[in-house]
Amino acid sequence: MANALAQHKPIDEALPRKTRIRFGRLLIYGPLCAMAALYLMPLWVMVVTSLKPLDEIYSGSFIGLPQTITLDAWRAAWSEACIGTECTGLKPYFANSLLMVIPAVVLSTGIGAINGYILTKWRFPGANLVFGLLLFGCFLPYQAILIPMARTLGLLGLAGSIPGLVFVHVAYGICFTTLFFRNFFVSLPDELTKAAMVDGAGFFRIFWSVILPTSIPIIVVSCIWQFTQIWNDFLFGVSFTSGGNSPMTVALNNIVNVTTGRKQYNVDMAAAMIAAIPTLLVYIVAGRYFVRGLTAGAVKG
Amino acid sequence: MSTLEIDRVRKTYGNLEVLKEVSISIGTGDFLVLLGPSGCGKSTLLNMIAGLENISGGEVRIAGKIVNELSPKDRDIAMVFQSYALYPTMTVRQNIEFGMKIRGVPPAQRDKAVRAAADLLQIIHLLDRKPSQLSGGQRQRVAMGRAIVREPKLFLFDEPLSNLDAKLRVDMRTEIKRLHARLGTTIVYVTHDQIEAMTLATRVAVMKGGVVQQLDDPQTVYDRPANVYVAKFVGSPSMNIIPGKIEVEGGSATAVIDMANRQAVRIPGIHLSSQAASKYAGRKVLIGIRPEMFSVGNGQAQGAISIEVDVVEPTGADTLAVFQLGGVEVTARLPPKQVNARASATLAVDRSKVVLFDPDSEELIN
Repeated sequence: MANALAQHKPIDEALPRKTRIRFGRLLIYGPLCAMAALYLMPLWVMVVTSLKPLDEIYSGSFIGLPQTITLDAWRAAWSEACIGTECTGLKPYFANSLLMVIPAVVLSTGIGAINGYILTKWRFPGANLVFGLLLFGCFLPYQAILIPMARTLGLLGLAGSIPGLVFVHVAYGICFTTLFFRNFFVSLPDELTKAAMVDGAGFFRIFWSVILPTSIPIIVVSCIWQFTQIWNDFLFGVSFTSGGNSPMTVALNNIVNVTTGRKQYNVDMAAAMIAAIPTLLVYIVAGRYFVRGLTAGAVKG
Repeated sequence: MSTLEIDRVRKTYGNLEVLKEVSISIGTGDFLVLLGPSGCGKSTLLNMIAGLENISGGEVRIAGKIVNELSPKDRDIAMVFQSYALYPTMTVRQNIEFGMKIRGVPPAQRDKAVRAAADLLQIIHLLDRKPSQLSGGQRQRVAMGRAIVREPKLFLFDEPLSNLDAKLRVDMRTEIKRLHARLGTTIVYVTHDQIEAMTLATRVAVMKGGVVQQLDDPQTVYDRPANVYVAKFVGSPSMNIIPGKIEVEGGSATAVIDMANRQAVRIPGIHLSSQAASKYAGRKVLIGIRPEMFSVGNGQAQGAISIEVDVVEPTGADTLAVFQLGGVEVTARLPPKQVNARASATLAVDRSKVVLFDPDSEELIN
């Protein structure tokens, strides 16, 4: 009798437990979906608005699906919209941004990697102080360096140019990239460098053949971080460049803020989308490395 | 010829002296083990021989040549590290030939050397794997392979077995000994495991606090430890150090151990030089008796010790009996099932091997 009871018990409990779990899931997924929808709403509005003709926007709602889909706004934003007095669209500024972001990302990541390598594997007296000062750079507000930097760029003859902007972003980015690489390399055993030294490898050979191949995840992290920061930067762009040398973000601002006649919401939205697509792409392509790289070093082995 | 001479070598970090005038000299084909607890400076010394740390004072000579200012690659050494330090992104083959590649050895010769080393270490089938796909023992072999292809004058091992589990450690120990027998290269080996030191070494340097306490062959270190520290560090269970005194009658020395409420224990016929005998006659000493120097004896024999066994620890092959003698806890290694806990027993001591230490300096009395 007792045996029979014991056998029945789990089955009796099984059903309510299952429904309880299902209800619990609902409680979790419900709010999660709601939050996701809330966060996706602006993107949705941007996409549908950019695909609507201007008349439809002024007559209907912002949120609804477009009745007629047109890519005119995208075309206008890319090559026809007026920025200031010139109606070239975003195209040349997009090119400016690429010319700025690619060298800036490569240089800041490269220098950060070498800094991290020296700070962990070739420690010198005062290495901690240098690292501390570099860390300090991460917390410097952008605004604080605008005037000294403008003066520096002027002295270097780089004022108002894209190389000048590259310089600013590299200088500002080194703090972050050094932090990334230093924290990653700290988890690599020192015996690795010692073994390579006994094998006869020198400073750069060890860096190139032993250290760098192990640091793909952190290179990806550094590139994504730097790309996003530099691509999205507005303040340095607007402060240190002018006219035809402006990056994408400054041009976007000019398109949106400087209009004559009816505000062209669809063109604004399309332009904003064009500005956002590269960072989105970078996240989609390399995002899984990003998460992996950020947690790397946290666990040994 | 691949001798190693460490001549009054010092290492200081600021005001902190890590090594104090260490002098060690070994000949071709010797297997030197630097033995000591962590922080005794043994790994620092090894790194200085390798050229990975600067030498603050003194000279290191490899094959008669001063190497103080040479970089590691020019010292003709190879090193095996505790963490193996295999290059994680390279295959086993690439790991082994990395050094040769840097030295510009032609590919055909490289391949031959890799095959020979892999064959010797039985890792041919692993050559195309990455280190992460290998077990601890296999990684250890690869690390040794990387050292062997160098054909160095001197092999340096930095606690190579301490990351392995107990069973594998014993196997790899035999492996290293076999390797040494086959290659005949001079080896310097750092460990804190006294069994590794005993089994592998031809010369043992016991270190403590940056000072070499004793440099001798393993059996001498075991039988005639230079001081109480070495006596306690080498051997497991460690040597019993019992306070007592020396009585000399007619040229024969007797060690006397006072017992609290019983008749004193007398161990006659202790080996003592006449000089030492006259110096220590009637004085206090520390008496060193290894656990296996005790045996079960009969009550009538001269020098028999009757004791009260406190704890019995059977290890299978033999039994450890713990009891009180001269106010300290003493361990005896006896054949199984000879004594019982909380019962009295009579033990004899192999007095030919008893050693005496000065109670103040704790140095061996010869």
